[in-house]
Amino acid sequence: MEKVRFRCKHASFFFFLGVGNMKQIEGQIRIPSGCAIAAVISREGRLMSGEKIIASMKPMHERSNGLGGGFAAYGIYPEYRDFFALHMFLDDRAARKNCEAFLRETMEIVHAERIPTRTTPAITDEPLIWRFFVTPLRSVLASMQIDEEECVARTVMTINTQMKGVYVFSSGKNMGVFKAVGFPEDVGHFYRLEDYEAYSWTAHGRYPTNTPGWWGGAHPFALLDHSIVHNGEISSYDANRRFMEMFGYRCTLQTDTEVITYIADYLLRKQSLSLEELSAVIAAPFWSTIKAKDKTAQEQLRYLRTVFSSLLITGPFSIILGFEGGLMALNDRLKLRSMVVAEKEDKVFIASEEAAIRAMEPDVENLFAPAGGEPVIVRVKEGQY
Amino acid sequence: MFHIDASQLDHRQLNEQIQHHSGELLITGCLGQRFIGAGAEQGHLEIAGTPGNALGAYLNGACIEVRGNAQDAVGDTMNDGRIIVHGSIGDAAGYAMRGGEIYVQGDAGYRAGIHMKAYGDKLPALVIGGAAGSFLGEYQAGGVILVLGLSKTGRPIVSNFPCTGMHGGKLYLRSDCRDLLLPEQVEARPASEEERAGIGRYVRNYCAYFGGDQDEIMASPYTVITPDTKNPYRQMYVLN
Repeated sequence: MEKVRFRCKHASFFFFLGVGNMKQIEGQIRIPSGCAIAAVISREGRLMSGEKIIASMKPMHERSNGLGGGFAAYGIYPEYRDFFALHMFLDDRAARKNCEAFLRETMEIVHAERIPTRTTPAITDEPLIWRFFVTPLRSVLASMQIDEEECVARTVMTINTQMKGVYVFSSGKNMGVFKAVGFPEDVGHFYRLEDYEAYSWTAHGRYPTNTPGWWGGAHPFALLDHSIVHNGEISSYDANRRFMEMFGYRCTLQTDTEVITYIADYLLRKQSLSLEELSAVIAAPFWSTIKAKDKTAQEQLRYLRTVFSSLLITGPFSIILGFEGGLMALNDRLKLRSMVVAEKEDKVFIASEEAAIRAMEPDVENLFAPAGGEPVIVRVKEGQY
Repeated sequence: MFHIDASQLDHRQLNEQIQHHSGELLITGCLGQRFIGAGAEQGHLEIAGTPGNALGAYLNGACIEVRGNAQDAVGDTMNDGRIIVHGSIGDAAGYAMRGGEIYVQGDAGYRAGIHMKAYGDKLPALVIGGAAGSFLGEYQAGGVILVLGLSKTGRPIVSNFPCTGMHGGKLYLRSDCRDLLLPEQVEARPASEEERAGIGRYVRNYCAYFGGDQDEIMASPYTVITPDTKNPYRQMYVLN
């Protein structure tokens, strides 16, 4: 479920939804239900095709309503591993030309192509879907005195806020997001995910409750190599969004999940917090829980809650944060959404429901449900990704 | 015993087949189908695999036995019957149940027994063999919740914030509960002889389903938690 947000950049998606002016549009009606999330990662960095993760979404079909599905895959572009892979939705050819010209001002485009898709009756009205492998020009970085990640992040923000008909929905190295309007299993089929080999996959089936179901609003939401899939509803969305805007992050995708991605980027990349510290900010323990801890832990948790109080995420959520070389699963501190974790050999599985895990691997071991606010962090062995 | 292979069935098809076969029923290949046995009044339903959410919702007399784990909201609003889980159970088990019994061999997730109630001769029971997650018995208004803490995972018998908003019923923990933090509006004390005899029935059933030594399990201290009538909820939200 996702939260109210209404600033229509595109009016046209309401027509796509088949809801005219007379009827209530999405956002004015409320459909209580839950999204689906899942992930699989190999600690040894062994590559898996997309078939397993697609299979995980099938038993959770009821958790989606066909208005969004998507996947993030890590390790899929080894031949371009040094370049940022920009995945984009483009309204038309003119938009692509525009965007390409804009990119060339600051970056070298080493390769550009349409992302291969399969024609299927389950997925319609697709925009142009392209990927650009880019690297920022050294001269630009030197004159702006920023590193290449900051340059790419700023470029993505600029395109998404200012360029008509273009959305960058994935911008990391050696990873990519694939998303669309449709059920997740159909989205996986549409993008031919069986052709990709990744050491880590995350997935999402969307059931938008208060915000439009459109291509850019599907999960995962990604910036650089951080991607988020999310089941929940952020009550603190506007407080979080306003805080993030002070640091140049613009929420443009008409859904609450986007802000979690920017919070992760801000706290991990810019503030250099650890994943555990990130969890202690966005799913901060209650003061009474903090009080029961030892003195050092109390001081740390108090510090994080105080300094980043505007980044506490309230309301129900379960999220999976993907990043280069690992992932992290986290529930809100009250655990108002479900999440299960299990292992089998080198693999770790995470999903909203145990059935989804068993669809990937029937004989999993060490199955458990993490407590609210307790991060589950999985890392691939150094040198294996 | 009638056999249904659920591996190719969605929840609607599966539940239609279940409705057409009262009596002894075995479901295999179950994977995430929701609402299994919802509202069922009679018969015995055995499930191999992982049933989906809201298993036995509104159950009204039938018995459901799961050979494995169950997911969220098992026995939601159930009125009568029995659910036996040979494994662990997800969040919100026995949500608002008002009759019947649920037995869980292993652990329970968050909010087990939330909003349980009782009325007239209806006295629901939720028996958890392992440990329970946070918010156990949240807003409990009736019935019996019993946690045995038999699992060897090292987890505490119950996590944070048990009995928040408790209004009625009884919650038993097989523990002396020395370090347990409870809200001010409830009262914890060692179970009386009469109360211990009362829960003996549930422990006997538990051992019959899952094994274990009833005398050994009963030999431990038990704590019973009930609402504190001398300290009712006041002025939490409005002046009253």
